[in-house]
Amino acid sequence: MDWLLRADTTPEKLLVMVFAIVLFVAVMAAILYAVDRPKRISNWVVVAGFLGPALALLTFGLIYPAIRTMYQSFFDRTGANYVGFANYSTIFTSDGLQVVLRNTAIWVLLVPIAATFIGLVYATLVDRTRFESFAKALVFLPMAISMVGAGIIWKFVYEYRPNQPNVNQIGLANQVLVWLGFEPQQFLINSPWNTAFLIIVFIWIQVGFAMTVLSAAIKAIPDDIVEAARLDGVGGVRMFRFVTVPTIRPAIVVVFTTIAIVTLKVFDIVRTMTGGNFGTSVVANEFYVQGLRQANEGLGAALAVILFVLVIPIVIYNIRQMRLSEDVR
Amino acid sequence: MSTTTPTTGAAATTTAKRDRKAEKLARRASDAKTKLSSPWASALAVVIAVLWTIPTLGLFVTSFRPELDIRRTGWWTFPSNPEVTLSNYETALFGAGTAFSTYFVNSIVVTIPAVVIPMSIALLAAYAFAWIDFKGRDVLFVAVFALQIVPLQVTLIPLLSIYVDVGINGSFWTVWLSHSIFALPLAVFLLHNFMKDIPRSLVEAARMDGAGHVKIFFQVLFPLLIPAVAAFSIFQFLWVWNDLLVGLTFAGGAQNVAPLTVRLAELAGSRGADWHLLSAGAFIAIVVPLIVFVSLQRYFVRGLLAGGVKG
Amino acid sequence: MTFNNQRRRSAALAGGLGVALALTACGGGSGDGDGGDAAAAADIDCSAYEEFGDLEGKTVSVYTSIVSPEDTPHIESYKPFEECTGVTVNYEGSREFEAQLVVRLRSGNAPDIAFIPQPGLLRTLVEDSGEVVPAPDAVSANVDEFFDESWKEYGTVDGTFYAAPLGANVKSFVWYSPQMFADAGYEVPETWDEMMELSDQIVADGAIPWCAGIGSGDATGWPATDWLEDVLLRTAGPDVYDQWVDRSIPFNDPQVEEALGQVGSILKNDQYVNGGLGGVTSIASTEFGDAGLPILDGSCFMHRQASFYQANWPEGTEVAEDGDVFAFYFPSTSTDERPLLGGGEFVAAFADRPEVQALQTYLSTDDWANIKAQVSGPGWVSANTGLDPANLTSPIDQLSAELFQDESAVFRFDGSDLMPGEVGAGTFWTEMTSWIANDKDDKSVLDAIEASWP
Repeated sequence: MDWLLRADTTPEKLLVMVFAIVLFVAVMAAILYAVDRPKRISNWVVVAGFLGPALALLTFGLIYPAIRTMYQSFFDRTGANYVGFANYSTIFTSDGLQVVLRNTAIWVLLVPIAATFIGLVYATLVDRTRFESFAKALVFLPMAISMVGAGIIWKFVYEYRPNQPNVNQIGLANQVLVWLGFEPQQFLINSPWNTAFLIIVFIWIQVGFAMTVLSAAIKAIPDDIVEAARLDGVGGVRMFRFVTVPTIRPAIVVVFTTIAIVTLKVFDIVRTMTGGNFGTSVVANEFYVQGLRQANEGLGAALAVILFVLVIPIVIYNIRQMRLSEDVR
Repeated sequence: MSTTTPTTGAAATTTAKRDRKAEKLARRASDAKTKLSSPWASALAVVIAVLWTIPTLGLFVTSFRPELDIRRTGWWTFPSNPEVTLSNYETALFGAGTAFSTYFVNSIVVTIPAVVIPMSIALLAAYAFAWIDFKGRDVLFVAVFALQIVPLQVTLIPLLSIYVDVGINGSFWTVWLSHSIFALPLAVFLLHNFMKDIPRSLVEAARMDGAGHVKIFFQVLFPLLIPAVAAFSIFQFLWVWNDLLVGLTFAGGAQNVAPLTVRLAELAGSRGADWHLLSAGAFIAIVVPLIVFVSLQRYFVRGLLAGGVKG
Repeated sequence: MTFNNQRRRSAALAGGLGVALALTACGGGSGDGDGGDAAAAADIDCSAYEEFGDLEGKTVSVYTSIVSPEDTPHIESYKPFEECTGVTVNYEGSREFEAQLVVRLRSGNAPDIAFIPQPGLLRTLVEDSGEVVPAPDAVSANVDEFFDESWKEYGTVDGTFYAAPLGANVKSFVWYSPQMFADAGYEVPETWDEMMELSDQIVADGAIPWCAGIGSGDATGWPATDWLEDVLLRTAGPDVYDQWVDRSIPFNDPQVEEALGQVGSILKNDQYVNGGLGGVTSIASTEFGDAGLPILDGSCFMHRQASFYQANWPEGTEVAEDGDVFAFYFPSTSTDERPLLGGGEFVAAFADRPEVQALQTYLSTDDWANIKAQVSGPGWVSANTGLDPANLTSPIDQLSAELFQDESAVFRFDGSDLMPGEVGAGTFWTEMTSWIANDKDDKSVLDAIEASWP
């Protein structure tokens, strides 16, 4: 049975994988069977059957660490001494960390808006055209590249070389500038614009997600609504504004809030491209640096709690949208 | 979709009507094909597509160029000076002490259950939130949705402690569990959204026939959700395949569990800027996600409720 | 419809697996090569490990920040030990070493042995986690015999000796091209003043003398800290350096400010930098690994960097006194005292099982140092005085070894590695980066670092 825990060879590993899937299916089937069989069964048992696995995993995997983190934020770097709100005051008074907060705010504002908008426009433009699949694949491709890979790609694009006679540009962005007659720029060093250039990378990735979900939503728009509008003489941009967008509003909200939350959590891009230097760090990156590399548990935890707090407005907004669409239904 | 075709009386007339309507829709769809794409729209779409592809294309070209060329000139000069080399790929694939295939197999073994398991659990949970009425449902759903914010770095130490105590650390089980956990909030949220779009009438009809929740789920809802499941499966596959931190923390860097991303992260070497290796490595890592995407994308391209159930 | 989906899905799956299996068939390249045979054939004194009892079949896990390709020589060098004792050593290297080590310690999953690259980190681990095990007596004896006493100090925290030194590097080097110097008629400078005169001469001749780069991902800024430390050793002397490191004098002491000014007279002098790479700010955006390459193009003459920079030259570059590139000792103000800035790793153990202690002992012997030298490429050296320089493959490494063993050279460990993590691997790096990238003034930089000291 050692192969269950310590699979060494390829066949062993594949076997473990199949075993895990089969085991999982068996357990789920047993639960569902038990919940379906008896004719008169309390609603709660059914709910437990459907929701149980998810809630169990979430409780020990996310809720427990989250609560533990909130607790740790009131202690010092090793968790030994209680320090009250000292960590929080450090965050709000230290210059460096104030910049981090500012950057995070900029990320959370720009990325969802830009990615959702571009994704929506693109999805509409290629809908039902001949090259739809190919066009979508192109824009979706950045999502298939890991975030570290994307960071590498764009670091290459932004690369700087001085504008000297025997020196060539190797980064596309600076080459374009030089072709247009401008001086090459240090995109990643000059604060505060460097944050914008990092944000571009993440927008580049997230448009794929927005486009995919919104495209599915657009396709679900009932044909007769479109027909009716066209008969009224609505076409092109006006169709987009007055028919498409309102109809898929729930999907737009979903995409927007999901991207916003993902943006709050992302740190790979900042870490790969600038290491958090030059005033580009965001809260998620600081958490990694302070909480894990510097082993300052308390400060790291406080930064994580700030992330939790920042998401509350997004959650509230989403709930209200859900309520609204519920009433319409 | 799985109904028998009626052949008598009023049913036959309905069928005929349905056929005529289908004809009309088809004609309108083909009209729409030409009407929707005005030249400006096409041009804009092309511009966006090109802009999106150029950075990746640049790295792709770079991965075939010799190291010195990469340091000296831009990749766009490639056509005028086409020196091609496969040595970057060679080093990336075969340069390590371990065979590349080991990491590749590890990635596959890590990814597939990490997609199947959360998908199934999330489907059931989303169904419960969408179609089973129980007290506290809304509050619980909001809580699950809000859990998306917990960054995975926060969970590394607590989860690893639990795994060590149970004794499963360093095996695949930890990675599967962890990936499943992280995927759940978003999966439940998105699937719940798709599920609510399914018309009440279908569910009611099944309930009239005396089906319990389990039957309704499998026979009515699941077939209709295939596109959504496909879409989310792709996202989850990509996320797990490209993940580094979870694999590194819970599986460790040991050869028999480390996925491809760990190996590729080391390609940058102790120096950190070996573009010739990084570019080759990045593209090796893209191959499988691309295959997955291309083979599954038809499902969500077609849209949620293909087959004209709506309208 | 469901069947079709399944079929397509299995097709994609089969395709992927097929590729994997194909790669298994042809991907046999494990690159063992000659190094393995040399290591395995070496004879070492196995009796040194008998005191630990029968270790057949045991395993020891080693965790480090040394990744491919430098990890292969390490793994090779354990073979004689494994043959002597029957122990299997599981080596794991990771670029996320610092963060992952914290995660592993805090979750009860500590490795048996870790190679700690900074004494400051060692102190933090000892104090915070309480899990570091003091070194066994055999190790202590070896270190007394083979190393200069300052090395033992660096592995000691509050009087208890924990970690023996492993590998080392010399940082007080300036890389240059012998050919370029010969062509222009320049001589290798032997004193600081000569070096500054040479720089002026190069400027007068219409070229740019220095190139530098401090980019390094998470660790951006560390080469600039090396500059400050090296210069402080020369302007204020080793004693002041020691006081600065253990905070007997504040970080922003006037003597330090003076040293920083000296560094600025080179690094922030836009006539002196940044050959082939741009202006002063390009120092911050250039990866440290790329920074010396303009020498090969003839756009730069001197690059101050450690001995391990050898690994950064492109394949085919000859590192020799009459080759493409070489390095001279970073001069001091006088030729009598030669301060030597350097770094190294230390072997810390988190378990005290006999097999772990046996491996620790092996790593502190001259046997290991010599075997490691034989299986390593250029760019590795140790301060172990039992190391025979002839075993080293590169002239730079041999020069480094000789400097370590030179009685008149005054060795000091890299300062930022000795300071607490928040400073040495935190504000010292980021402030120096700001100093370059944002042209922050000397005093503000030093004050900011001083303020961050815990």
